[in-house]
Amino acid sequence: MMKQRQTLQPIIQFNHVHFQYDSQAEKNLIDVHFDVHPGETILIIGPSGSGKSTIARCINGQIPNTHPGKLEGTVTVNGRDVYSSSIFDLSLDVGTVLQDTDGQFVGLTVAEDIAFALENDCVEQTEMRAKVEGWSRRLEIEHLLERMPHQLSGGQKQRVSISGILVNDIPILLLDEPLANLDPAAGAETMELIKSISKQHQYTTIIVEHRLEEALLADVDRVLVINDGRLVADTTPTKLLKSNVLSEIGVREPLYLNAMKYAGLDVSSFPVLGNFMDVSLSDRQLVQIEEWARSIPKSEKPEGKGAVLEVENIDFSYTESAGAKTLSNISFSIQNGDMVSIVGTNGAGKSTLAKLICGFVQPTSGNIRIDNQETSRLSIKEIADHVGFIMQNPNHMISKTMIYDEVALGLVNRGWPEDQIRERVYEALRICGLYPFRNWPISALSYGQKRRVTIASILVLDPKILILDEPTAGQDYAHYTEMMAFIQKLNVENDMTILMITHDMHLMQEYTNRTLVFDAGKLLADTEPSAVFSNPELIQAAHLAETSLYQLGKLLPSMPAKDFISRFMQYDREVPR
Amino acid sequence: MSPANTFGYVANDTVIHRLSGSTKLIAFIALSLIVMTSYDTRFLIGVMIFSLYLFYLAQIPWKNIRILIYFVLAFSVLNLLTIYLFEPEYGVQLYESRTVLAEGIGRYTLTAEQLFYELNVAIKYFSTIPLALIFVFTTDPSEFASSLNRIGVSYRISYAVSLALRYIPDIQDSFFEIRQAQQARGLEMSRKTSLVNRITRSAQIIMPLIFNSLNRIEVVSQAMELRRFGRNKNRTWYRYRPFASKDIAALALVVGIVLIGMYLFYVNGGRFYNPFQ
Repeated sequence: MMKQRQTLQPIIQFNHVHFQYDSQAEKNLIDVHFDVHPGETILIIGPSGSGKSTIARCINGQIPNTHPGKLEGTVTVNGRDVYSSSIFDLSLDVGTVLQDTDGQFVGLTVAEDIAFALENDCVEQTEMRAKVEGWSRRLEIEHLLERMPHQLSGGQKQRVSISGILVNDIPILLLDEPLANLDPAAGAETMELIKSISKQHQYTTIIVEHRLEEALLADVDRVLVINDGRLVADTTPTKLLKSNVLSEIGVREPLYLNAMKYAGLDVSSFPVLGNFMDVSLSDRQLVQIEEWARSIPKSEKPEGKGAVLEVENIDFSYTESAGAKTLSNISFSIQNGDMVSIVGTNGAGKSTLAKLICGFVQPTSGNIRIDNQETSRLSIKEIADHVGFIMQNPNHMISKTMIYDEVALGLVNRGWPEDQIRERVYEALRICGLYPFRNWPISALSYGQKRRVTIASILVLDPKILILDEPTAGQDYAHYTEMMAFIQKLNVENDMTILMITHDMHLMQEYTNRTLVFDAGKLLADTEPSAVFSNPELIQAAHLAETSLYQLGKLLPSMPAKDFISRFMQYDREVPR
Repeated sequence: MSPANTFGYVANDTVIHRLSGSTKLIAFIALSLIVMTSYDTRFLIGVMIFSLYLFYLAQIPWKNIRILIYFVLAFSVLNLLTIYLFEPEYGVQLYESRTVLAEGIGRYTLTAEQLFYELNVAIKYFSTIPLALIFVFTTDPSEFASSLNRIGVSYRISYAVSLALRYIPDIQDSFFEIRQAQQARGLEMSRKTSLVNRITRSAQIIMPLIFNSLNRIEVVSQAMELRRFGRNKNRTWYRYRPFASKDIAALALVVGIVLIGMYLFYVNGGRFYNPFQ
């Protein structure tokens, strides 16, 4: 790639670009200047709100066509000036895969979705069918052509979206946060796919992401780092990882790199850093890492303080036919003060379990006891006094316009007197850090703040157990850390038992002491997170991916990978961030 | 996890399913128009038998349409009663004859003409409703948009309609999810509370639902624009099914029925068949 760079004209040029949305008071991009050459794979990385999505929109013409604003400088894509081109013309140069895998699925079936752009170009039916067939075979989705979107996994949807772009023979592929809605296994698969198609077909590929370690699997040539609207680095992955840029702007470094640094290795001496598989460690260096890990004292697991939630031999199915059980023979018990992660593929039964615990649906057989009370005799409302359920999408829970009213709703419904409601609501708002906003409309809040409103509106009911569905989905490292620190505070200071449905491997490792792994309606494992990460079968069943930490752990001369992971996590928790 | 008995297309392979979507749409519109205009009872009975036969051929599972049928029946009965309530002697005016079967209170007498008129209206319902159900339940939604486009509706509108149909199950799912969230916070939605309460409380669910849907629409329209939807005056359709000989035969049959209906206007000297003269 490096050699081509001198000989070919850049395919994308940002010439001292400044941009400000009409709807915003400040500039989103400040003096952004870079070139992209044909055939390069570029990763644009930065925290939320840094301006990285704005750059993507400048490339595909959504700026200024869909999102108007003031642009200074010039953006040129494949010889076209973006600011004066229509979004339709640009779509022949740049194929965009949006971050919302469900939302961008336009066709009723896979075949129609792949064909969508061809239909709009008035391509004849026979030619259209041939192209759809060819590309679906290349991306190995030809057996899915007649399926509907809701029958696909996240990774399959991503393949369909990518095929729908590739059918047009477009030179530039732009992916806006392709990992945002995928589980780790699908994320790794998508990155491998991007790597192989962009190398095979000589595409110019732009990936916009905030998850660095996973994105590096796509074998990127260059990383552009954006922070506060400025381009702060334009360099190779190796050079970037040797610098301090990432820690300054709050993007998480790869875990293996953390481990190497903790162990006192000089990372600047490595010729290649990036994807862990490409990093060569000598035996002496591995011994050094192992010695460091051995020096960390293993913490004792605190004893449980009595069961707060007991699930006994639960069976459940949505249909009356006996064959298809959504959950079968599930038993476990949760101790007071536990912080538990629940993992598994979509459809493995995680959400159903949460619904059973909350009483939204009733088990076909078996018992659930909360605080030694059988839930079968309680109404949804009564269970809600013990268990709070926070949905993934805060917009599904919010029904009032003002923050105070929203948080008070549960108590108003229960007929509490007004002065007591006020006291409780203020307290919940203080815990959630929303007290200063108590008289604000909800629409003025950020997504993360809205999530806190939903948590506050459950906290007023004073439940002992909180179930959170994907509490950190789609959040960057800074927001993730903030949210998890808050949840941990609830766990420690307010003595709440926390259950989290998640795909986030960092969350499992860093914040939970137990993991329940579900697969096809069965509870496959109930163990420590580090045991899950060092067991390839569990990783596969739960659609997780091998972490670089596990890969590193496997290389160590005598310490088992599981031990290494748990020692690393313990050390990592105590390092000030 | 969508329930099996949702409203909409049910895949099958009957004669009716094998017809092109456009054929079914044209047949539905043409037959409905002639049935709505004609008041020739003999003709209406013929069309009713025909459409009930087609309905039988289409083999639509009963559980999918049960609730809908009950609703339509209730609505039809209500409508027939309302006609009588407002115009108890309308049939007398129409047929220019008055055969009193029973004297009622005030103007509410029972005449053979009124009964005959309302019978005609009832037959109309039983002729058109099966046709509508056939169209909705046997037309692949993928073909729906191209059928509309084929009969002259702009492809933008056609596509919007079919997308709306596609999102109905998603919206249903969101609705249940939101309702559960509200119930957990103490909103009583079960039969334990009054109907008025249930309705006003449902309104609390509607707001988040609308915001969600608007958000969705924005993403979809961006995705469509980025793939050049709306660039050209026309578009082709991946799922479009060209007319086969059976489509032409079916349309010929429909044209024949419509012509008979129109011929009867001429024979009867108007839209009405009048047995009272």
